[in-house]
Amino acid sequence: MRLEPLPNPSPLRSVGVTLLALGLAFALVGGVFWAYGLGPLEAYRTMLEGTLLDPRGWQEVLRRTIPLLLIGVGLSLAFRTQFYNIGAEGQLLLGAVLAAGVALFLPLPPALSLPAMALAAALGGALWCGLAAWLKNRLSVNEILTTLMLNYVAQSLVIYLINGPWRGKDVRGYIYSDRFAEHQQLPVLLGTNVHWPTLALGVVLALLLQLLLFRSTLGFRLRVVGENPGAARYLGIPQSRAFLVVALITGGTAGLAGFGEIAGIHHRLIEPTQLSSGYGFTAIIVAWLARGHPALVLLTAPLMGLILAGGDVLKVALNMPFRIVDVFSGVMLFALIGSELFLHYRLRLR
Amino acid sequence: MGKPLLQLRDITKRFPGVVANDRVSLELYPGEVLALLGENGAGKSTLVSILYGLYRPDEGEILIEGSPVRIASPVDALRHGIGLVPQHPVLVGRHTVAENLALGSGAALFPSRRILPLIERIAGGYGLQVDPRAYVHQLSPGEKQRVEIVRALLRGAKVLILDEPTSVLTPQEAQALFRVMRELKAAGKSLIFISHKLDEVLSIADRCVVLRRGRVVGDLPIERASKTSLAELMVGRQVSFERRRQTPAPGPVVLRVEGLEARSERGLPTLRGVGFELRAGEVLGIAGIAGNGQSELVEVLAGLRRPQGGRVLLEGKSLPSDPARLFTLGVAHIPEDRIRMGSVPNMSVAENLALRSFEQPPIAHGFLLNPKALATQAQEQVRAYAIATPSVHTPARLLSGGNLQKVILARELATQARLILAVHPTYGLDIGATEQVHEALLHQTRLGAAVVLVSEDLEELLSLSDRIGVMHRGELLGPYAATEVSREQIGLLMTGGAA
Ligand SMILES: Nc1ncnc2c1ncn2[C@@H]1O[C@H](COP(=O)(O)OP(=O)(O)OP(=O)(O)O)[C@@H](O)[C@H]1O
Ligand SMILES: [Mg+2]
Repeated sequence: MRLEPLPNPSPLRSVGVTLLALGLAFALVGGVFWAYGLGPLEAYRTMLEGTLLDPRGWQEVLRRTIPLLLIGVGLSLAFRTQFYNIGAEGQLLLGAVLAAGVALFLPLPPALSLPAMALAAALGGALWCGLAAWLKNRLSVNEILTTLMLNYVAQSLVIYLINGPWRGKDVRGYIYSDRFAEHQQLPVLLGTNVHWPTLALGVVLALLLQLLLFRSTLGFRLRVVGENPGAARYLGIPQSRAFLVVALITGGTAGLAGFGEIAGIHHRLIEPTQLSSGYGFTAIIVAWLARGHPALVLLTAPLMGLILAGGDVLKVALNMPFRIVDVFSGVMLFALIGSELFLHYRLRLR
Repeated sequence: MGKPLLQLRDITKRFPGVVANDRVSLELYPGEVLALLGENGAGKSTLVSILYGLYRPDEGEILIEGSPVRIASPVDALRHGIGLVPQHPVLVGRHTVAENLALGSGAALFPSRRILPLIERIAGGYGLQVDPRAYVHQLSPGEKQRVEIVRALLRGAKVLILDEPTSVLTPQEAQALFRVMRELKAAGKSLIFISHKLDEVLSIADRCVVLRRGRVVGDLPIERASKTSLAELMVGRQVSFERRRQTPAPGPVVLRVEGLEARSERGLPTLRGVGFELRAGEVLGIAGIAGNGQSELVEVLAGLRRPQGGRVLLEGKSLPSDPARLFTLGVAHIPEDRIRMGSVPNMSVAENLALRSFEQPPIAHGFLLNPKALATQAQEQVRAYAIATPSVHTPARLLSGGNLQKVILARELATQARLILAVHPTYGLDIGATEQVHEALLHQTRLGAAVVLVSEDLEELLSLSDRIGVMHRGELLGPYAATEVSREQIGLLMTGGAA
């Protein structure tokens, strides 16, 4: 058995390899189910029945797809430019903070309040990520570290706010802010909590960013910077500006995800772990699966949404610990990164 | 001649859109130097990659000493006694030569100490000068190449393949390489040698095989070959080697460089008081052994490096240090490193051709790109420069070395330049393409461009330049009028001797 380099792998190959990696991940997680004393097939059947085959399950999948989609499109752009933002979680929180701030303290005409909240959220996420880009450009601090650290800062900020200055007046023993007014809540699909305007926004952004990347001069610059920094220098395309632009975009979409969560579902600023349940990290897998194509996030975000919702079902129906979705994400990321090798090499048996 | 050591029979290799090797058959005899010739994209590198187990042929077979073999990987190739000296060495910079050689020697636990005497014996036996204790990052390209040769010999190679070995070497180093090649040949090794330089081929090879568009179009002993006949076989038409240049009437000063000082990242002086003047229509050749400040000089002129002292005036104004601004001011730059600087290998040929122009109409339409205009412009340039590529949408990394160079040239010379910084512009190009590039450069000078030409090929420098300067330890010697210096004098200046 040996590896043989493939000089010119076809695009179809990357689809095949990705699917195989996913298959492997499902098999491995099946092993985990089995070790847990569950038939893997039965577990997967329960997941499917509780999600895709169930009308209530559908909306759970969609609800989780929305933040993954919003964050994922931004991340796929960032990864393509070799800006490794792993702080989308914190950017989501900051978006939620600014959106809540506008909702709670800024007296606006009702028609303007939702747009203003969205704008503030995008701005909050963008600035949070822009800070990391600024540090990278100014002091060459690695963005992986700064974005990760800024996650914790954002979490602490939320906790401080809902414990202190922003704590609601009528919340008794709970720690969260006041509830938003009716006109500060996103409309949902009838009888569900799928806040459709954010879903639509995610779809539009996916297509828009795809267009930006491949059909605009800015996207051309970003691709040159991402593919070959040496050539960018030679051409006088400043790398630092590219980093700042993608940081603002990817942070902004993560901030919008935060807006969706609080304006669409929770209707108040709540504890960070309940607010997001790790969307910022799960979206890394979403973006990785899309291999630098924002439009492909339209496929990969629902897939991860399905897995997250399926994890909930397992928890309720089969009494598994909720951490099972983390196992899922971990194994998938592992299989995906491992599969990178097979994009450019072929395994020969002899 | 006896029985062939190595035989290829009807080797065919197809890539999407091209047949890189089309029923190629050839033999290699023991103790023979076989030259493999052909235009850019003729299929030379593909053929030796097949021999070294990097690619698998679609059809055909390889025989060693009469029996068919399968070569599925470099490990297989080495086991069958076939070694390759790659054009770009693959050594680990932070290790010593001995450690590098021990690394790939098969036996996993082969301490580099034990390998030392072996290296010295092999290297000494063939007159290869290598210091096993030196760190790889300190070595010149020629030294690295010698290490690669030792590596192949250590593993018992009987057939040694050298893919364009001389394009990274100074003339002196090339001569040293030929001495080693003769020693190897005398010891019964067989060599396959790829080169675009016909003089070298005529002096070192015993036989040559010419490829054109993937097919063997000639297989002849060197006695029957001449420079013109080989050139004709390669390109299928007559090639003129006459390139006498008329020195033009001097135009206005385009570039004035005064007292330029620069330091390397480690603080060592790389440019010391370099100054010259360049007029429109003039070609200034810069000779020198790699590492004497040529790259730094070009980097300063291209806006990629800030000098520590001195000044540069472009048409009387001080030079901005932004490469994009410089290009719009008419400074074209054909860089030394075409993969890491001059191109974006994962982007398409069309996009690479547009790296300088994607923000102007017709390719840009406001913020948007116009894919049709992008493709149309690319097709025109592909035709004008005869770039061999399956389509303009092919990723640039799939082009042969020479064709990638043509992409860069086509892009940089697309608009009328005021100043052209050309570093090894014909590096890796076949004779037809070289002629074409020289013509393109001279054409630009007739339109009023000034050219700074950095090259290690003295032939090229002497035939194109009006004046020639020599870089030695960061100082610029000269420039001298090209008619007043000889090859030998320049060679002496390069090594620090007096002219
Ligand atoms: N991995 C690949 N995928 C697709 N096409 C390829 C690949 N490698 C080479 N080619 C094509 O095959 C042809 C032969 O290329 P090759 O590199 O063998 O040429 P060459 O003779 O070595 O040229 P040069 O003198 O420019 O180095 C070219 O048209 C090239 O574009
Ligand atoms: Mg080649």
